[in-house]
Amino acid sequence: MIAREHTLALFAGILGLLVVASLVGAFLAWRSGGDSPTVVNLNARIKAWWVMVALIAGAFVFGKAGLIVLFALASFLALREFLTLMRTRRGDHLAIAGAFFIVLPAQYVLISIDWYGLYSIFIPVYAFLFMPIVVAFRGDTRHFLARIAEVQWALMVCVFCVSHVPALMTLSIPGYEGRQLLLIAFLVLVVQSSDVLQYVWGKLFGRHKIAPLLSPSKTVEGFAGGVLSASALGAALWWITPFSPLQAFGIALLINLMGFFGGLVMSAIKRDLGVKDWGHLIEGHGGMLDRLDSVIFAAPIFFHVVRYWWVP
Amino acid sequence: MIERLAATAIPVFARLVTGVRTNWLGCKPEPVQRVYFANHASHGDFVLIWTSLPPALRAATRPVAGADYWQKSAVRRFIGERVFRAVAIPRGGDAQQAMELMCDALDRGDSLIVFPEGTRNATDERLLPFRSGLYWLARARPQIEYVPVWIANISRVLPKGEILPIPLLCTLTFGAPLKIDEAEEKSAFIERARNALLALAPECAR
Repeated sequence: MIAREHTLALFAGILGLLVVASLVGAFLAWRSGGDSPTVVNLNARIKAWWVMVALIAGAFVFGKAGLIVLFALASFLALREFLTLMRTRRGDHLAIAGAFFIVLPAQYVLISIDWYGLYSIFIPVYAFLFMPIVVAFRGDTRHFLARIAEVQWALMVCVFCVSHVPALMTLSIPGYEGRQLLLIAFLVLVVQSSDVLQYVWGKLFGRHKIAPLLSPSKTVEGFAGGVLSASALGAALWWITPFSPLQAFGIALLINLMGFFGGLVMSAIKRDLGVKDWGHLIEGHGGMLDRLDSVIFAAPIFFHVVRYWWVP
Repeated sequence: MIERLAATAIPVFARLVTGVRTNWLGCKPEPVQRVYFANHASHGDFVLIWTSLPPALRAATRPVAGADYWQKSAVRRFIGERVFRAVAIPRGGDAQQAMELMCDALDRGDSLIVFPEGTRNATDERLLPFRSGLYWLARARPQIEYVPVWIANISRVLPKGEILPIPLLCTLTFGAPLKIDEAEEKSAFIERARNALLALAPECAR
């Protein structure tokens, strides 16, 4: 019962925020006469947010199964974007087919049946060892290590890390039964709002570049203001979590830092590949990976922190 | 009935696997009679071109391919004859006959999809040398627009010799239409057409 009330309160809050954001966006568009690229981009982002929130809300209605299907789909789209940009050769065909049609579904099935002992090592151990075996048999040794490492990285980032979001539902925390879905809401909300707040703080107060070679638009002011205000938001959301307000702040700070580093690492990869965005899936947001990069780096750490200290 | 169903299902499936994105760079998808010529690396090639066209243009756009290819199985025969209405060229037949079949289709008002490399490219080269068919066709029907189409990545989705397609994103780029000059020689036109196609290939193909 508490779970339902908390979920409804949370989504009502998000809905209110989106309505305010859309009104502000409409006002800015009206004031700028519709030709400021920043405002057009902002409105595209707000529109995409509506879609994302609707999708997550829809998945929440279906509970565990809905969230597993949603994140499996996100993994699929992310993996497709990632592997599209990799330097694979014909000899990798079978291994990539295996990544899409065996490893990805298996990982999510293992999570749905709550087999922690296997889903936590399936990709880092079994996929890691068996994919190079499959590729080796094809006999094409050119750039072998680079090719196989790229496919393994794709699986780690797009499937292993992403799958740790729905895996939060398998944690059984005393006194928190039946409310694990809200851990997902906490993670996604805190980390994504950190992205938005870093952008806003950076636009308003940004002076000093923090990583000019990786991400020229990121500033020290945006980083500090965004991470701290999103962590304060995390503390304010303590009532949907098993944490105390102070613990909620500390954990939010941790996952926001991981999210920030995730953004940097994924930017470094994009620069290496010579692309600006991972894909063109979401108008104003680039691809699935452009939106998920921070969640990807935060999810496994969040999962293990909660599991270590809160699951007996 | 089944034709209609297949004609709807094939593009949906192609989009699901390849998330195909279309860049109309040099022309628009208009109901103009055209010969689309593309690089050829996979069986999926004309499916993607066909998928990229608006449904109204699909019905009047026919792929050209070797007859033996379409005869290999009942499914292929059905798809080739009834869904794509392919122009089947007998393998080993004379060039004259192939040209007549293509001109027939053009004279009936249809557009064509051709692959001037003549075979699927399984090498590391970006584009094989063109055969001369495109020139003879342009000579015979000079009033038609010849549109280069670069298909990026499909060779990785379904390489020659593989049966299982893997889902990777593909991009199709449609270039500006070419027309043959009255005095243009064979090698000059072929060279110009090939360069126009190569110019559409993404820089960062590694």
